[in-house]
Amino acid sequence: MREKLALLRYILAGNPVTLLALAMLVLLLGCAILGPALVPYDPIATNTASALQPPSATHWFGTDQLGRDVFSRVVVAARLDLAIAFAAVLLSMALGSVFGAAMGYFRGWLDTAGSRGTDVLMAFPLFVLAMAMVAALGNSVSSVVYATAVINLPFYIRLARAETSIRRDMGYIEAARVGGSGHARILRVFLLPNILPALVVQASVNLGWAVLNTAGLSFIGLGVRAPTPEWGIMVAEGAQFIVSGRWWIAAFPGAALMLAVFCFNLLGDGLRDIVDPRSRT
Amino acid sequence: MSETLLSVRDLSVEFRTRHGIVPVLRGISFDLAPGEMLGIVGESGSGKSVTAYSVMGLLEASARVTGGQALFGGRDLLRLGQGALNQLRGAEMSIVFQNPRTALNPIRPVGAQIADVIARHDPAPAAIIEARVLEALRQMRIAEPERRASAYPFELSGGMCQRIGIAMALACSPKLLIADEPTTGLDVTTQAAVMDLFRDAVRARGVGSILITHDLALASEYCDRIVVMQTGQVVEDAPVAALFARPRHAYTRKLLRSTPSSVDSIEALAPDEEPVAPSATLPFPAPAPLPTQAPAPGGPPVLEVRGLCKSYVHSRSRAFWRRREVARLQAVADVDLVIHPGEAVGLVGESGCGKSTLSRMISRLIQPDAGEVLLDGAPIHGIAPGRFARLPQRRQIQMVFQDPTESLNPRFSVFDAIADPVTQLLPRQGAAALRARVEQAALQVGLPLELLNRYPHQLSGGQKARVGIARAMAVEPRLLVLDEPTSALDVSVQAVVLKLLTRLRRQQGVAQLFVSHDLNVVRLLCDRILVMHKGRVVESGPAEQVFNRPAHAYTRSLLAAIPRLPQLQEAATP
Repeated sequence: MREKLALLRYILAGNPVTLLALAMLVLLLGCAILGPALVPYDPIATNTASALQPPSATHWFGTDQLGRDVFSRVVVAARLDLAIAFAAVLLSMALGSVFGAAMGYFRGWLDTAGSRGTDVLMAFPLFVLAMAMVAALGNSVSSVVYATAVINLPFYIRLARAETSIRRDMGYIEAARVGGSGHARILRVFLLPNILPALVVQASVNLGWAVLNTAGLSFIGLGVRAPTPEWGIMVAEGAQFIVSGRWWIAAFPGAALMLAVFCFNLLGDGLRDIVDPRSRT
Repeated sequence: MSETLLSVRDLSVEFRTRHGIVPVLRGISFDLAPGEMLGIVGESGSGKSVTAYSVMGLLEASARVTGGQALFGGRDLLRLGQGALNQLRGAEMSIVFQNPRTALNPIRPVGAQIADVIARHDPAPAAIIEARVLEALRQMRIAEPERRASAYPFELSGGMCQRIGIAMALACSPKLLIADEPTTGLDVTTQAAVMDLFRDAVRARGVGSILITHDLALASEYCDRIVVMQTGQVVEDAPVAALFARPRHAYTRKLLRSTPSSVDSIEALAPDEEPVAPSATLPFPAPAPLPTQAPAPGGPPVLEVRGLCKSYVHSRSRAFWRRREVARLQAVADVDLVIHPGEAVGLVGESGCGKSTLSRMISRLIQPDAGEVLLDGAPIHGIAPGRFARLPQRRQIQMVFQDPTESLNPRFSVFDAIADPVTQLLPRQGAAALRARVEQAALQVGLPLELLNRYPHQLSGGQKARVGIARAMAVEPRLLVLDEPTSALDVSVQAVVLKLLTRLRRQQGVAQLFVSHDLNVVRLLCDRILVMHKGRVVESGPAEQVFNRPAHAYTRSLLAAIPRLPQLQEAATP
């Protein structure tokens, strides 16, 4: 444990940006978990008397066309956006890693079929595919989760397959076979734990995409519906007011989106450094 | 020292790592005369490659030269900037790298790569450069240089690539040539051919050269003088004859006695004694021996192999509508083999001869195309490898793998690694019984019990090799298949592992199939030797007979290619 902490300190010292990313992650998760309890206003309560006010001491991010507090809505929206992103990424990682690892391990017809399947999936414009899926599955939050999971699936399948292909002929896999482990146990005990670090790095980067994808879907009116606070909807609603100079309605949720994507991408970089064995010398 | 080509004085280098600053070289000094061939010998981590890279100015970013000088042509190489070094490198001094395949650019024809070096230091019209490239290739005795010059590295064999590497290094007639383990990845017969060419080319041009190697015998055959390094220091610097007649330093003597070709029997190999925990002091009751069909003395062989064959698809011309012309490579052809209980059989051959394929078929990791494998008289070749893993017979054949690092799961502690086959192959037992069995297996191979909680990356190469052996021995197999178990180890560690294997065989009576490319190692360890060549067993017989009176021409060429130490004099031992 102490050695792990020392390693963490060594890596963070060489890459202070990861520390920044971790701080941003704590902020985002804090908003998602504690946000609804902390915000000064009810995020869906309308108050037309104080509509379209610019940022001030009472309304830090201003108010929108219905007089709702933009700050409260931005903070509360973090929970929904991050929950969708995490659920979608976990789902695709769980399915993709098992399927990809099995393809890389068994090769043969399973690999051929699976690889062509992912190729087909990748051939679609992914956002259009997600749109079509949400439209077909019905306009709900769970459809957004499934659609986001499906469009992320090929990345995990390919990565898990590649990482497994590298390891399947290594000595310790042969040793496990000589030691009496069947295929299922080799996959579960020897291969999946060893390819997990690479998958976690991929997941971190994909989280950013998943947040963007969720916001993008709700921006065009799919998935989450108004008046639920959600960054994509808020940007969509605020967009029409930008021309009249009321920039704050769209700008603050947009900034929150950017922060989230930025955070997950930086975190992915940092995790790769931690996982990369070359930094462990 | 009126004439010195390169003079290194008090060279010190340190590396910046996670564990702080680590000194790698501590006051290295040596001289190289023009036309001299100097061998720098040491085990891994002794700093021999760092010495070469410091002189060439090729150290990586985390390394820092902290002191000393390296005078070459009146200039201190350690004080020169990269610009000045670029003028020198390739023209005045060059280097031949360890792995010829990675040292060559894979997407450029080799001739063009040699031409690049000439054009950089000695610009001339293209026709003249081309002629010089062909001349350089011809000097390395490369047949059809015109055709080879336009070949890509992947189209050439490893030995051929290294010849190209040497041709490239010598293309601009440098005064100093450093070769960093130039033949380590090559077969012994290829090594002999490449080293002969290297020596001839260097001699003919009067180039001062440094041969960096872990192989004392190789250095003794080709060098004029040898520098022995240990943990960043020069411990001995003497002409070859004097070094072997009177090795002064204890480390040199240990290195000499660890080299398998220097001794006649396994007992003579250093180290002399090995701490073995006597079973009386075991901190637990020794686990009861597993039930095994006890073979009658002189009874049936533990393993019998008859007419085993395996071929691989070599290339397949693809046609969309039908499959056609599948070219197959016969990896193992019609091999017979018998191993009796408690016997050690050596399987020797060069890379690609099929010895690994054969050992994996015997261990039931891959399925033979034809032939029979009988374990204790029972046929096991009909059982698919995936299903055999779950059968009780799996326990009887265990295997030790080539690379000790690669064969351990990085996420398993030493205890988990040894316990894993026990939990899978033996009947369920309590945690205490499991721990007792694992600890006994660890003590058997001389692994201290406090290492059981460590992870592979916290162990040395020798300790990892012991874990691999303990893992195989923990289930008390009848046959241990050892696939080059020492080829990744330093000679002194190899000596320890070889002695351990001999002790296990004598104490436990486990039969061993020892697969190796090194005839010297096999001679020490095995009763019988089989020599494989191109998938077939070309010679087999008692070890002494194969070694001293080889019948087959291939065995003779193999024996002739092995570098030998000069005869050790008895005065050498203190």
